[in-house]
Amino acid sequence: MKRIFIFNLFYIILFANFNIAYPISPDVFIQSTVNRASQVLSENISKEEKINKLKVIAKETVDIRGVGFYSLGSARKDLNDEQKDTYSNLFEDYFLKSFSSRLAEYTNPEIEVKSKQIINNNYTIVNSVLIATIERPEVKIDWRVYTKNPNNPLIRDLIIEGLSLARTQKEEFSSILNSNDDDINSLFKILEEFSNN
Amino acid sequence: MIRFLKIIFLLIFLSSNAFAGSDGDLELSKKSKSTKDCFEPLNRATFALNQGLDKAILKPVAKGYRSLPAPIKKGTGNVLSNLSTLITIPNNVLQGDIKLAAINTGRLVVNTTLGILGIFDPASEMGFPKYVKEDYGQTLGAWGVGPGCYLVLPVLGPSSIRDTAGMFINVMGGDPYYNISVNGNNEYLDGKLFAATKMLSGVEFRANNIESLDNLEKNSVDFYASVRSLYTQDRENKIKNIERGSIEVIYKEDGDWEEIDTK
Repeated sequence: MKRIFIFNLFYIILFANFNIAYPISPDVFIQSTVNRASQVLSENISKEEKINKLKVIAKETVDIRGVGFYSLGSARKDLNDEQKDTYSNLFEDYFLKSFSSRLAEYTNPEIEVKSKQIINNNYTIVNSVLIATIERPEVKIDWRVYTKNPNNPLIRDLIIEGLSLARTQKEEFSSILNSNDDDINSLFKILEEFSNN
Repeated sequence: MIRFLKIIFLLIFLSSNAFAGSDGDLELSKKSKSTKDCFEPLNRATFALNQGLDKAILKPVAKGYRSLPAPIKKGTGNVLSNLSTLITIPNNVLQGDIKLAAINTGRLVVNTTLGILGIFDPASEMGFPKYVKEDYGQTLGAWGVGPGCYLVLPVLGPSSIRDTAGMFINVMGGDPYYNISVNGNNEYLDGKLFAATKMLSGVEFRANNIESLDNLEKNSVDFYASVRSLYTQDRENKIKNIERGSIEVIYKEDGDWEEIDTK
């Protein structure tokens, strides 16, 4: 009887453990993400293959939808559900193309996570440096990690030497909308053209 | 002495605008301290002109500069950095950072003498703190003057009304190197050398940013807006003496981020 009890207890604990997702520390998450990207970039494969692998990593680790709506600024409030879906899809294509082709230019970048600053329950800033090489100096990179779900942290912004990429993106989209009488279709068209080129 | 008084007067005049009540677009200061693009069509045209000049002249020259041996590039960078200390020191004083002004004066003396006119940087090896450039635009910003309208200057590139005013202060006597070379009466320095030094600064900056600017242009849907955003962010950080994306900068946009959470 005692043996059966222990056996059952063992199984309960085992299966319970399978259902538990463990929180991932944001700094560990960033270090593992950059290690993955770095490994892809150092592989002896074509640029096209590297871009495809980087896109997979980005899809898993970046809150592309969140970044997209942030980039849209106050204009997101005027979108209907259909426009929101259209925008999300277009932004994802745009983001993945832009992000992966930017990154693919680097060969084996070495990024070292230094520290983290918890802003609140939703956000932690992870501080890291891109190690200097003969060709370029050290670059400081901070990552805004969205930690609302601690089991699945997601990147929402990259701050390179104090310059926020999400803010730059937002101001870029705002400029496009301003130049086109706030017509969201003009932004859709530009994003589509970028992704198709 | 008169020149010094002129600079102080100009700075006080400009900073007093920060407190003047005006709703006009041209005012130097807004409560939000945001940069408005009041002259966007003109700025875009100047930006296109600058891009043409960059492709035809600056970028090829910068690529040539890059191919120089590393010690020459390092020495050139050191000399330019050492000369910029002449503007940084008065700005340290004007921002009330007397200790840093003293440190930078020490750096200038060490590098100009032991470092042979700044070619070498023995000050850093001796343990001087990392050098951070300051200019009159930053001082005006630190005194509370807003950026005013965004400007793209022919050849010189992105600026703002405040930062352009800061540049004028240089040529009105705020830059000792300008005073000695252009207005001074000596056989070693002249206006041509001053102009050459400034051009070299531009070439050095471009050479250090060839890939990043190419990458930005290639992956931007509005390159002009991207450059404007990056310039604005960089100046904000410099005025607050922020080196990396500190909590202060990151919190600025948090309202918008938090709203995304609820969607």
